[in-house]
Amino acid sequence: MKKVFSRPRSLKRVPFHYCPGCGHSIIHRLVAEVIDEMGLREITIGVPPAGCAVLAYFYFDFDMAESPHGRGTALATGLKRVLPDRVVFTYQGDGDIAAIGTAETIHTANRGENITALFINNVCYGMTGGQMAPTTILGQHTTTSPGGREGLRDGYPIRLSEMVALTEGSAYIERTAVNNPANIRKTKRAIAKGFKAQMDNLGFSLIEILSPCPTNWRMSPHEACQWIEEEIVHSYPLGVIKDKTERGKEC
Amino acid sequence: MMGNHVVAEAAIRAGCRFYFGYPITPQNETPEYMAQALSKLKGGCFIQAESELAAINMVIGGSMAGARVMTSSSSPGISLKQEGISYLAALELPAVIVNMCRGGPGLGNIAPAQSDYFQATRGGGHGDYRNIVLAPSSCQEMAELAMEAFDLADIYRIPVIIFADGMLGQMMEPVEFPDRKNPKRLPPKDWTLTGAKGRPSRFIRSLILDPVLEEEHNWKLMRKYERIQKKEVRYETFLLEEAKMVVVAFGTAARIAKGAVKRVREQGLKVGLFRPITLWPFPGVVLAELGKRAKLFFVFEMNMGQMVEDVRIALGKDGDIYSYGRPGGIVPTPLEISRIISSQYFQKRL
Repeated sequence: MKKVFSRPRSLKRVPFHYCPGCGHSIIHRLVAEVIDEMGLREITIGVPPAGCAVLAYFYFDFDMAESPHGRGTALATGLKRVLPDRVVFTYQGDGDIAAIGTAETIHTANRGENITALFINNVCYGMTGGQMAPTTILGQHTTTSPGGREGLRDGYPIRLSEMVALTEGSAYIERTAVNNPANIRKTKRAIAKGFKAQMDNLGFSLIEILSPCPTNWRMSPHEACQWIEEEIVHSYPLGVIKDKTERGKEC
Repeated sequence: MMGNHVVAEAAIRAGCRFYFGYPITPQNETPEYMAQALSKLKGGCFIQAESELAAINMVIGGSMAGARVMTSSSSPGISLKQEGISYLAALELPAVIVNMCRGGPGLGNIAPAQSDYFQATRGGGHGDYRNIVLAPSSCQEMAELAMEAFDLADIYRIPVIIFADGMLGQMMEPVEFPDRKNPKRLPPKDWTLTGAKGRPSRFIRSLILDPVLEEEHNWKLMRKYERIQKKEVRYETFLLEEAKMVVVAFGTAARIAKGAVKRVREQGLKVGLFRPITLWPFPGVVLAELGKRAKLFFVFEMNMGQMVEDVRIALGKDGDIYSYGRPGGIVPTPLEISRIISSQYFQKRL
């Protein structure tokens, strides 16, 4: 019988610890598939965050470097400058990349570092128990915004990808989601584009992935996927935000 | 050559090609030198980071990739780097960090000080750890120690702090750079992250959720620190023959003290100088030996009295210690120190 589905080479034979319905397991698989298909496993170094995906080095079967909270892109800069012919990516949550690591992210992009940042946005702090993040949408109830997030009190949902797009050094930025099969396929293509931009030395690439967090959203996995479609995409519209890779074709 | 340039040139001669920094007075000449020198060197890389936080994390990344890496800063900037230094210690990564210490706390001032002694010798960031701390007292010694710092960092996989001050950074002296030691005696870097080509994949991490394993990791670090304490203690002695009083000082303070000791020796007082070169590991055992002979230990520091605690630990409760500290960026003259030495000498009827 023909084998049509198996574990990617870039994933270890270890079950994920993530909550039921969490997007990390899907995104881990997509990253592994892309790395396998592009033949990058032996030249890739990944940088996981402090957050739910902190243990990603138990799952990915390529070199992985732990980073302090939020400093992923700075650390990745050090790796990439020493090893410019390797593929270096960070895997960061919204608290990691858009709160404590905002400066590192903006400036790494602005230097045009050939690094890909995978930004998994679940609009809250997942690992610490669902507190408000800078990405939390207005009105959203979290443990630290019990009455719902208010812009003038708690700040407005931050659109980091659009901010990064303003830097000259950024090359490819896309926002996707993993709430349905079509979006999952788009996410995989976006990750591949990000890695391709890096390999072509075009500069910084950022793929923001809206990801369900049923545990902290107090929803069923199905409701969480629907909530992305019905609510979150209004604050964070899906699509390509910046694409320097197409420039050649447009001219 | 000025101290800030010396430390940069020494790093380059030791094979450092990656420097990540952020401007802060009084050490700006180090990143400036690196920016120029590394741009001319093949494979050289200088980044002026957006913050000290970013700089130290670039150091972590560069070290993970196997390169000899360095950053430099001064007191407030070193505080910001402490998060990264704690990670370097936990992840057992070699790196060299220069602190041209200035007056503090807070923004303080830009005058020379030694007020970061506790921070440097106790670890500085969170968690149980130590750094090797080297304290030069001249530009020549800065050159030698900075080159050696990279070897020590590689041998023990540990962050090494070069702890000097604004005076040593800005001071100009003739310097002869030593030849680089044979790098063959260094252990192979078989732990770096370079991509899993032809070998199993690796990861470097400090998160150890199981307290039993985290405790074991701490004891492993501790065993390393004990090896360093046995093998890497460095100090200088000066005119200790028949000394009844020993002045203990490091760095710039030791240099001032040396002048003072010479002066009082000429006046016939039996006073010598003990200068720790490694602040950690602290040469406490040697000091304890001296404690059996000398009657008074005069600890002079450009802070409120920090190293004096290590001297107290070394000498035990019976040791007679006089602590003379000048914080805030004050640099006393040898004459001032010699006067205080002699007044103590006569008060104690030595």
